[in-house]
Amino acid sequence: MKLQSRHLLGLEGVRKEDIALILDTAISFKEVLERPIKKVPPLQGKTIVNLFFESSTRTRISFELAERRLSADVVNFTAVGSSVSKGETLKDTARNIEAMKIDMVVIRHASSGAPHFLTRVVEANVINAGDGAHEHPTQALLDMMTLREKYGKLEGLRVCIVGDILHSRVARSNIYGLKTMGVEVSVCGPATMIPRNIEALGVRVYHRLEDVIPQVDALNVLRIQLERQKSGLFPSLREYHRFFGVTKEKVDRAPKPITIMHPGPINRDVELSADLADGPHSVILEQVTNGEAVRMAVLYLLGTSN
Amino acid sequence: MKLHLKSGRLIDPAKGKDVVTDMLIVDGRIERIGQSLSADRSFETIDLKNKIIAPGFIDMHVHLREPGYEHKETIETGCASAAAGGFTAVCCMPNTNPTIDEESVARYVQEEGRRVTGGLVDVYPIAAATKGRKGEELAPMAELSKAGAVGFSDDGSPIASAELMRRVLEYSSMYGLPVIQHAEEQTLTRNGLMNEGLVATRLGMPGIPPIAEELMIERDIILLRYVPHSKYHVAHISTAGSIGCVRRAKVEKLNITCEVTPHHFTLTDEAVESFDTNLKMSPPLRTKDDVHALKEALRDGTIDVIATDHAPHTIDEKEVEYAQAPFGIVGLETALGLSVTELANKKYLTLNQLIEKLSINPRRILSLSMINIQEGEKANLTVFDPEKEWVVDIQAFKSKSKNSPFHGRRLKGKAIGIINNGKSLFV
Amino acid sequence: MKTKVLDADGLRRTVNRLSHELVEKNKGVHDVVLVGIRTRGEFLAHRVAKKIEEIENVSVLVGVLDITLYRDDLRGRLDQPQLKSSEILFDIRGKVIVLIDDVLFTGRTIRSALNALMDLGRPAMIQLLVLVDRGHRELPIKADFVGKNVPTAQGQEVKVEMTEADEEDAVYLIENDEKEK
Repeated sequence: MKLQSRHLLGLEGVRKEDIALILDTAISFKEVLERPIKKVPPLQGKTIVNLFFESSTRTRISFELAERRLSADVVNFTAVGSSVSKGETLKDTARNIEAMKIDMVVIRHASSGAPHFLTRVVEANVINAGDGAHEHPTQALLDMMTLREKYGKLEGLRVCIVGDILHSRVARSNIYGLKTMGVEVSVCGPATMIPRNIEALGVRVYHRLEDVIPQVDALNVLRIQLERQKSGLFPSLREYHRFFGVTKEKVDRAPKPITIMHPGPINRDVELSADLADGPHSVILEQVTNGEAVRMAVLYLLGTSN
Repeated sequence: MKLHLKSGRLIDPAKGKDVVTDMLIVDGRIERIGQSLSADRSFETIDLKNKIIAPGFIDMHVHLREPGYEHKETIETGCASAAAGGFTAVCCMPNTNPTIDEESVARYVQEEGRRVTGGLVDVYPIAAATKGRKGEELAPMAELSKAGAVGFSDDGSPIASAELMRRVLEYSSMYGLPVIQHAEEQTLTRNGLMNEGLVATRLGMPGIPPIAEELMIERDIILLRYVPHSKYHVAHISTAGSIGCVRRAKVEKLNITCEVTPHHFTLTDEAVESFDTNLKMSPPLRTKDDVHALKEALRDGTIDVIATDHAPHTIDEKEVEYAQAPFGIVGLETALGLSVTELANKKYLTLNQLIEKLSINPRRILSLSMINIQEGEKANLTVFDPEKEWVVDIQAFKSKSKNSPFHGRRLKGKAIGIINNGKSLFV
Repeated sequence: MKTKVLDADGLRRTVNRLSHELVEKNKGVHDVVLVGIRTRGEFLAHRVAKKIEEIENVSVLVGVLDITLYRDDLRGRLDQPQLKSSEILFDIRGKVIVLIDDVLFTGRTIRSALNALMDLGRPAMIQLLVLVDRGHRELPIKADFVGKNVPTAQGQEVKVEMTEADEEDAVYLIENDEKEK
């Protein structure tokens, strides 16, 4: 069984069998992560470059660990640059990388479509670690793995993504992936932060947490970025927390316990209250471990295919 | 020069003519028009069986990039591109460096055009409406009009301030020259990269809402009503809503006209899924419904002109991530092919109407002399083959830049030659 | 062309004998654990464990090893082998591991298994038990316990069928025109 594409650029249009293969493979790698020696040899001799144009310590570390645990050689390129030269940088950097004979590139970039641009310039396998507001496929995959672990299946689950959907690549990848796997998806957030036409993607839109909480099994809470307040999308953190923050008091009204998810890092007591983040129904730490396993699975499947 | 055009189909909308005829052109003047003319051996005979002879095409929205951005295009290469596309005249936009907001620059582009083409392609400057295109102070429109400007525009940018637009309309009305507006309410389009719609939502791209264009047009119509002796022209109209505004204003008999680009009536925002930066332009590609409305508006006359907004950019500038790429594509050499394929062959326009949009109407709006195809008059003609099937090859473009999304596209309709100011160029 | 070289009874008797040999060589089963290589090695390991329990009245720990990640032919294959997990839920330090597989051929699978086991800890000793040895070693690997020697030619294949996954217990010698290692 092989993945259909030699890249992982997103989950839109990725077929069910491929998502299932990645999730199943990730389970095997989770077992590897339980061993005293967490290292296996399949990517020995492969060179992987982590091209991070947006600062992100956690995701980069997660990928780097996954790559090293598969015995690959790793190079990190962090270019938190600004302004005009960014464009030049990507194309020139990509060409230089090609010349150094690397096998795989993991790229995070502030522009939607940057990984797609990369596939036109290099021969290596390209993995999207987040492009603008477009997609963040490994995040959605680890979210799905976590849900599947908790509930035994994905089909028929009801999940709501809460927060700034407009600017969220985590939201989009989750919408595409979850829907492919038969999950009922809804979104909840201020009207200024929900993109027009989102219903056309097959999701229900809510503007009040109280309306959606009785209808879901899990909430995937997105981080609210402070810059959005400055651009006039919501008036204040206090208002956001009061009306859109996920708190124990709101969640306790549900008929059965709701699973709490968050891609991290958490703005404690803004979008998610601290007691819920640390509570018994939070799977946030499992998400991190599963992130390792999922990334190992993706790297393994792409790195050992032709 | 002694040309014998043999058996061409002359379509002259100005005179309502559509007839197969011969033409003898000597030293730039039409000596004779008639059936089966005889010409001695000193004439060069060009067999135009099944080809069309039309009044010379003019593209009233072209960025020639000279002075200041000669790495993208020069007046010479831009005019060569125009000639290859079948145009005997272009209007160049003022977003050069220095801006065409001074007599000297306006004169320069015209003279340079004459020098490099020998007169084959006329270059008419569209001058800036405000100094430096900054939108703050009026440009010296009187001097500029005397120096040969045929219209005023801050294109690239809108004339954003209502107060300034009012003054530009008032001032320009003294000279009978149109104000050409790049209609965009910029506070709505901050960071926008493509049409705001379902595709942008799916791709996670910041959107350029259609209402940004419509808002500005509606505002300008109110100003136009207030300053009724001015002339207002909407550049590169792109949405169904905008068409609605113009249609209503025309019913009211306001002095409003508009143009559309071939890429706007051919492509939709779905094309942007490939993240190809040759699909990034301003205004952006819109939805299927908008494209349909544009074609209907061409048919019913709401849209007066087809103009390309030819915007050359170098490979290095365009071969970057979508967000970093500059807006715009070249269009001079694909305009006719796209117009014939998408409009004439799909029965939105007859060839007669097509020629109106490419020649008669723009000249009228810019108050240029009408082309008179008559014995004794100067010859200003475009000759094209409406049946010629060809595949677009950007490497064959005469333009310095190759930023076109149409490479490899099969088109029908191609220019064969142009005749103007005593010069001719045939393929 | 298929020839049956061992039938159900033969297989049963072979497993009996191998189990007795194992117990004899190790003078009992103190600190002995069985690790079967997926998939038929696993079935074999469970059958041997059951027999040992009958003989010695002692329960022996059984683990399963998936060697996919350690294969030396992962790249360059048209199909990717399905990755499954290993399940070795006990500490292997200081133990005598009896590695169990159905067919010993080039020895590469066993090499992979040895690497995998080494990553899990430091056993006292590793012994190899196979149902069939078909020759043609490409690495210096030798089995301690062999059920049956079946000399083969390059174009042939030995297939072990076990009722846990197949219709019967049997060992077949198959004439193959396509070589597939």
